[in-house]
Amino acid sequence: MSEFLLQNLNFILPFFLLILGYSAGSIAEKRHYRSIERREQKFLALPAVTLKDVQDNEKTSGQLVIGNAVISIDYFKRALAILRNIFGGRVASYESLVDRARREAILRMKEEAAKAGAHIIVNMRIETSAIGQSANRKKQIGSVEAIAYGTALIKQA
Amino acid sequence: MIVTNVENIPGKAIVEHYGIVQGSTVRAKHIGRDFMAGLKNLVGGELKGYTELLSEAREEALRRMIEQARQMGANAVVNVRFATSSVAQGAAELFAYGTAVRVE
Repeated sequence: MSEFLLQNLNFILPFFLLILGYSAGSIAEKRHYRSIERREQKFLALPAVTLKDVQDNEKTSGQLVIGNAVISIDYFKRALAILRNIFGGRVASYESLVDRARREAILRMKEEAAKAGAHIIVNMRIETSAIGQSANRKKQIGSVEAIAYGTALIKQA
Repeated sequence: MIVTNVENIPGKAIVEHYGIVQGSTVRAKHIGRDFMAGLKNLVGGELKGYTELLSEAREEALRRMIEQARQMGANAVVNVRFATSSVAQGAAELFAYGTAVRVE
């Protein structure tokens, strides 16, 4: 039995990794989405807007707030995306990856703003970049970084 | 030093512009963290090591930008922007730039 396993290791290992990636990846993703939704509910009172100016007659002060998150894709989804590359079309597995990274980054920015006592974040910007993919094509990390930043407005007493 | 990414400082008036200020840093994570990230890549999820690396590096870039603004005699930086580029395998450049101003 063990001999059979060793001989076919180059078939069995990717298969094992696919199963591991699928099960662990989907559990982690579901848990992450639940946590994101819960915290988004919590921060409903602290909106982040892309406008530069809000009509606000009160005296405020401003402060830069930043949040970032690096999220990686699992083995199964990466394999799925490679298959998708052959036929083209929507790569749903990568859509959820960038969606999670962005929402997590916004939440972290809001946490920082809440600590400073802000009531709104204006001129929010989101940037996304791929990490560790440029120099060596062979060893793709397959992760994205999202950064969200904006100006938190704090009411002055 | 007040830093914002809007064109003005809320509640204050800009009295003088000093022009652009910038700060950047290139960072790489040590091999152990890279190895752990490689493992984490199989199951997916957040790469905490990289998140930390990038947020520390971004703070450093901001600090350098603020230092430059201070040398010019500014007391605030407005319209700050961030940019990221990966210059080599496992290394990333974080770049922050803005306009140094004096407010009253």
